[in-house]
Amino acid sequence: MTYKSVREILKAIRNKDVSATEITRDYLSRIKEKDDNLNCFITITEEIALEKAKKIDAEISHNKFRSLSGLPIAQKDIFCTQNVKTTCGSKMLDNFISPYNATVIEKLNDAGTIMLGKTNMDEFAMGSSNETSYYGPVNNPWDVKFVPGGSSGGSASAVAARIAPCSTGTDTGGSIRQPASLCGICGLKPTYGRVSRFGMIAFASSLDQAGLFTTDALDAAILLREISGHDVKDSTSSEVEVPDYYAHCIDEHKTTYTIGIPEEFTKDLNDDVKKTFYDSVKVLENIGCKIKKINLKYTGLGVSAYQVVAPAECSSNLSRFDGVRFGHRSDSSSSLEELYRQSRSEGFGKEVKRRILVGTYALSAGYYDAYYLKAQKVRNLIAKDFENAFKHVDLIIGPTTPDKAFKIGEKMNDPIAMYLSDVYTVSTNLAGLPAMSIPMGFKDKMPLGLQIIGKHFDEKNILKLSYLYQKETDWHDMEPGI
Amino acid sequence: MWETVIGLEIHVQLATESKLFSPASTDFGSEQNTQASIIDLGMPGVLPVLNRSAVDMAIKFGLAVDAKIAKKSIFARKNYFYPDLPKGYQISQYELPIVYDGKLEINLNGKSKIIGITRAHLEEDAGKSIHDLYDDQSAIDLNRAGTPLIEIVSEPDMRSASEAVTYLKKIHSIVKSLGISDGNMEEGSFRCDANISIRKVGDDYGIRAEIKNINSFKFVENAINYEVSRQQDILESGGSVNQETRLYDPKKNETRPMRSKEEANDYRYFPDPDLLPVEISDQKINEIKLTLPELPDSKKVRYVSELGLKLEDAEILSLNPRLALFFEESIKGQKNLHQPIANFILSEVVGLCNKKNLEISSISIKPNHVSKLMLYVSEGKISSKQAKDILNDIWDGKSEIDDIIKSKNIEQVSDIDILTKEAQKILEKHPKEVQDYKNGKDKLMGFFVGLVMKEMKGKANPKVLNQILNKLLKEQ
Repeated sequence: MTYKSVREILKAIRNKDVSATEITRDYLSRIKEKDDNLNCFITITEEIALEKAKKIDAEISHNKFRSLSGLPIAQKDIFCTQNVKTTCGSKMLDNFISPYNATVIEKLNDAGTIMLGKTNMDEFAMGSSNETSYYGPVNNPWDVKFVPGGSSGGSASAVAARIAPCSTGTDTGGSIRQPASLCGICGLKPTYGRVSRFGMIAFASSLDQAGLFTTDALDAAILLREISGHDVKDSTSSEVEVPDYYAHCIDEHKTTYTIGIPEEFTKDLNDDVKKTFYDSVKVLENIGCKIKKINLKYTGLGVSAYQVVAPAECSSNLSRFDGVRFGHRSDSSSSLEELYRQSRSEGFGKEVKRRILVGTYALSAGYYDAYYLKAQKVRNLIAKDFENAFKHVDLIIGPTTPDKAFKIGEKMNDPIAMYLSDVYTVSTNLAGLPAMSIPMGFKDKMPLGLQIIGKHFDEKNILKLSYLYQKETDWHDMEPGI
Repeated sequence: MWETVIGLEIHVQLATESKLFSPASTDFGSEQNTQASIIDLGMPGVLPVLNRSAVDMAIKFGLAVDAKIAKKSIFARKNYFYPDLPKGYQISQYELPIVYDGKLEINLNGKSKIIGITRAHLEEDAGKSIHDLYDDQSAIDLNRAGTPLIEIVSEPDMRSASEAVTYLKKIHSIVKSLGISDGNMEEGSFRCDANISIRKVGDDYGIRAEIKNINSFKFVENAINYEVSRQQDILESGGSVNQETRLYDPKKNETRPMRSKEEANDYRYFPDPDLLPVEISDQKINEIKLTLPELPDSKKVRYVSELGLKLEDAEILSLNPRLALFFEESIKGQKNLHQPIANFILSEVVGLCNKKNLEISSISIKPNHVSKLMLYVSEGKISSKQAKDILNDIWDGKSEIDDIIKSKNIEQVSDIDILTKEAQKILEKHPKEVQDYKNGKDKLMGFFVGLVMKEMKGKANPKVLNQILNKLLKEQ
């Protein structure tokens, strides 16, 4: 049973060529076969999946179809799932069974999808390699000695290995696009506010955005419509109308784009990445795109600003994990202060602690102006940079990451080097812009990603350019040999 | 000579149906932890959604104290760890509060004074820690967590405990009049922190101590007086006051240290990224203005100028919305009895309420009772003394004034014919005294009145009887 895309699965189910139960069993057996090597899943929800598949099949037998009836999907373990363990990759939540569903989960459930399980991730989404997970690193299916990227490493690796046809992720500084790039698949981070954050365990609230992993752009277009839209439970979710992304992509009306290439995204590239990137640029030129050199002069400050804003927000967001109401509670404490100290010392890993400390410092009296406030100013400058650039171009492109995947263990003791792998992705989070990574080639048999950045709420044109690119290339069809 | 400087921070629970950021109910007294939603519990992934009716109430308050309403205000996180603070931060307003720059006039001993109101901001309440339920464990009730509050911060404009209490009572009266809070101090809906320092007149402000969470008018007064004398003792013996937070213990009537400045938390305030700035249009403000009820000050002015009440009575009545309502119901249809009705309510009805510690709205005496009693007194049907007796009967459960009068047989006789007949009988029996009276022994009038009263078992209307006797004696 091989279906190459979400579309093919939906079509086969609609045509009753295959039942939801059969397709679910197929993916569950792929997971069983391959996940020992990959460690993509923290929890496999076999029973729930088969039960849901049975329900969907019953509906189908009465010719009742929902928009995504029978589509298996893997959910990042950052989304709260009712009655299912939701760990956020942390020992702190190893025992946490969520009493409710995140809005994204609710929407996908209602659309008829079948959750295969909860995917591995960097602890509380803090990491770029999936090595900070309490549940161990995820391996890159192209070569298991390499990281899949992070923080949504499990979701990316699972789709790349074809043990899930699609998955959800979250992106705070690149946590969807960077692993998509390193695993050779599509990863879409929508505009901040496009998708509800309700039920998504917060890392940095002003940057966090839920998104998707798929093998190609059309699948992403179909799924994005399902998860988008205003949510009364999230005040920061937008009321901007959700378009039919898929229809927009396949609309044959001739579209030409003016595409900007920021000098800052290309000047430090190594030769291999540079060549692969400019090969892609040629493809875009061939389909009629106009290429323009632009400057985003403040993006160089993106990582620094990000490393103040994100930890500051995280230091506050993670205060609720105190051992009092849920999560890990130390049993060796004899006072309130000890309860806090021990529970948090035992429950959180090293990277999470590092960021809580950095963030607490940045918000402290006497330092707030120098760090948090200044970072917010830089953030405004970066947003202005993009705003100005988008007066002249429709979309902006560049490589998603400076290089291909690195080896497991290689950067764990060098946080700065690790943070710099987000250098091309963080500025879009700071500006709240949508962006997507799509496969653009290989370096030493490891995938590389092309990042396409759009204006606020212009996901449809990011998806359309990706689709047009993918009509001309087959990088997205390449499968790892695992 | 020491001068006392006091500023108050008043926490007022708003009377919204649901919490500030969650749909959970705010009812008081439910079973522990049954009114805490996943949002109040600070579950992973939940987000706050602002309750707009709390915003409207804050605007109402701002308008009532002549304050500015911020076009844009911002919710911030105040970060600290405590078990009854589920998220590890309290959502409050910090740099940009919704209400700022207001003022309030207070009247004390016939003098009026303006107290500045620096700001009033919206924030959520914490839950409750209960330390005396179990031997070696603390219990937490999160029913209150997330209940909307406004914190009203005054300028350090008060110079005595009685000024502070007067100001506090006025704020209490305003929030109750506006209907934005039940003002129930025992249930913690209205509580206050007092910042107190002393200085030599003309000096800069002294170092202040903050007394936390005082929940009765009496305690505020006692706590301030205690604290002032404590600080005086320290300064007069050459010491210096610590800047610290203190607690008032009403049982011992003393304050004692809670934490010093050095131990104070660094709350690491920053704008809450989960909430958008609160934007308020002029149109919204104008709409709310139209819904404002009459406030104590304008009520007071109206009572004096339109109803002819004495200023001090108008002041007392206007400050208590329930009392004012009772009064206004009582004067309905009684054009000329405003002041007697006010007197009767303030002395007799309020006296009974105070004695039994009951609210005027929950007693068996109703405004129509007061109205009728005062009418009868004015008509001479009953005496003032009898009106008080009847009031007590109503308090004890009887409801029909006319029945009471009948059963007690106490109705005053004001009928001129009856009284004239009785008076004539008495005068005829005492020709000598009549002659003496005519010869100038005025005092004998009392003698005649007394005899008629005796004859009529005290039911004669003394005023009318006097007139009749005067007339008859002149005719003799």
